[in-house]
Amino acid sequence: MRKIKYREAISEALREEMNRDERVFIIGEDVGQFGGVFQATANLLETFGPSRVLDTPISEQAIVGAALGSALAGLRPVAEIMFVDFTGLAMDQIANQCAKFHFMTGGQAIVPVVIRTQGGVGFGDAAQHSQSLEAWHTHIPGLKVVMPSTPFDAKGLLKASIRDDNPVIFIEHKLLYLTEGPVPENDDYIIPLGKADIKREGQDITIITWSKMVLDSLEAANELEKEGVDVELVDVRTLKPLDLDTILQSVKKTGKVIIVHEACKTGGFGGEIAALIVENAFDYLDAPIKRVTALDTPIPYASQLYGAVIPNPDTIIKGVKELI
Amino acid sequence: MQATKQEKIDLYTLMYRIRAFEEKGFVSFSKGLTHGVLHLYTGEEAIAAGCIYDLRKEDYITSTHRGHGHLIAKGADLGRMFAELLGKETGYCHGRGGSMHIADVKLGILGANGIVGAGAPIAVGAGFAIKYKGLDQVVLCFFGDGTIATGAFHEAVNMASIWKLPVIFVCENNLYGISVSIKKACALDTLADRSAGYGIPGVCVDGNDVLAVRKAAIEATERARGGEGPTFLECQTYRWYGHFTADDGKYRPEEEVKSWKEERDPIKNFAKEMVDNNEVTQQELDRIHDEVNEEIEKAFKFAEKSDPADVENMVRGVYYTSAQ
Repeated sequence: MRKIKYREAISEALREEMNRDERVFIIGEDVGQFGGVFQATANLLETFGPSRVLDTPISEQAIVGAALGSALAGLRPVAEIMFVDFTGLAMDQIANQCAKFHFMTGGQAIVPVVIRTQGGVGFGDAAQHSQSLEAWHTHIPGLKVVMPSTPFDAKGLLKASIRDDNPVIFIEHKLLYLTEGPVPENDDYIIPLGKADIKREGQDITIITWSKMVLDSLEAANELEKEGVDVELVDVRTLKPLDLDTILQSVKKTGKVIIVHEACKTGGFGGEIAALIVENAFDYLDAPIKRVTALDTPIPYASQLYGAVIPNPDTIIKGVKELI
Repeated sequence: MQATKQEKIDLYTLMYRIRAFEEKGFVSFSKGLTHGVLHLYTGEEAIAAGCIYDLRKEDYITSTHRGHGHLIAKGADLGRMFAELLGKETGYCHGRGGSMHIADVKLGILGANGIVGAGAPIAVGAGFAIKYKGLDQVVLCFFGDGTIATGAFHEAVNMASIWKLPVIFVCENNLYGISVSIKKACALDTLADRSAGYGIPGVCVDGNDVLAVRKAAIEATERARGGEGPTFLECQTYRWYGHFTADDGKYRPEEEVKSWKEERDPIKNFAKEMVDNNEVTQQELDRIHDEVNEEIEKAFKFAEKSDPADVENMVRGVYYTSAQ
């Protein structure tokens, strides 16, 4: 199978959905001529023109609000918020408007809005461009939250998100854009939201994770294999809706759980997953659930500092060994 | 542009209907029948009537926390509105929205809104969708004087202006944001002067003169339908009650309240003008009052007799699912 980059998978999904449905359009900062600061919308302006690939002023609230208004009037917008750190600027429109409109009006209208954004630590982007803020969004009833780790997943999940009739927060990772992976050509596949993926089967311990930490955890698992530890890796792919069944099956198989995320620990989504496991599979646990997460600090600028804040394969291996 | 006798009677009836609805709402709040506070529109009826009377059914509006008048003018069903205030299953939102979120999306009402300023970006999105589809609908975005200080408003008007969208920003300047005088919140004497900063026309009218409001709204609407972009229409008015039904409004000078109620009542003054000009008799007006009062009683009875919102289905509508 051909291999393409994560960012190419994103733009391919957008291109295919725009070809498929003329109600789909893109709105955001620098998404047009510039092709997005991570080039995820590259060359779409040339194909679809400025009426379907809209460069906006720096107005995050209005980007999301306009996406919502256009959806209520029958379109299917894909809005881009350049960094997940900037979703704070649009939080009223995300949390009070998009998330609640269908419910508050007693189901009178659908809100097919996708908000593409990206997060995570890159290369010295410091405290306001490096966060993992998925828990802000999972906390709001009405939103779906998607965080793909591979080009294959990114494409299939983005297509599913665009076809979904609910608001979806689609969080990419800045360090994944250049990673490559197999994606079938001329294949209109979608990946349903709410289906986790076992990225590695194993018997001894379950790692539950998402986004770039899937790659770090796989690297850790390969190292651990050399030492005779057989890791099962569950990539949840969508945090909301969460595929609890797949998580519980794996927990019942291995009896030991580590949750890995790049977001800081307190209030992170790992706590939610841990609680769900305790509520639903307590008797199957052979050890306390462990979380390997970022420290509770803003992301610093210097590489030795941010490297010490977020998890990496070594800290994941250390966490696994503490449980085995 | 001269209004015909029928048009004048229609406008009068509409204003009277709005007031009668609000008065009934106040009584039902006082009796503890509503499930929350109401933000009453009494005193501002000429704006909703004058602006919305000439709209087409397919035109959109975005409304505010003080939104009953807009909905009634757009043709919403009074029984379903009362039912919503009373938390009934037959309410527009099945008891999920209440006073601040009543909407009839089929009538082009894209939400009342509990967040000041939030309707403006949504209006811009609807305006964009109209342009995207090549139609000649318009969007009327209602907001209060308090909104002028919000970031959402600024982002939205700027976006509507640069894209020449068919959105009319209707400022209902009732001189107070809850307790804070507009003089403390904005350095301008005329809020419509803000329009210059966005390169769009600004018009200021007596918001208690229904014919003046109507004339300005028609001009702005025609301009928008013609592809010439947005207008800022300031309508100066006054709310008779406090900010909401639990606010006695004591922060306003008694003389000021008295003069607006006695000398600038939009309904009483319009009636007097029509009678003085021999366009209508007092008997005709009395008949209108009787008919509307009966309509209100009937609508309220419908609401009272309806079943309470169904707790069994409480989570319906958090997410849209096609199986619903």
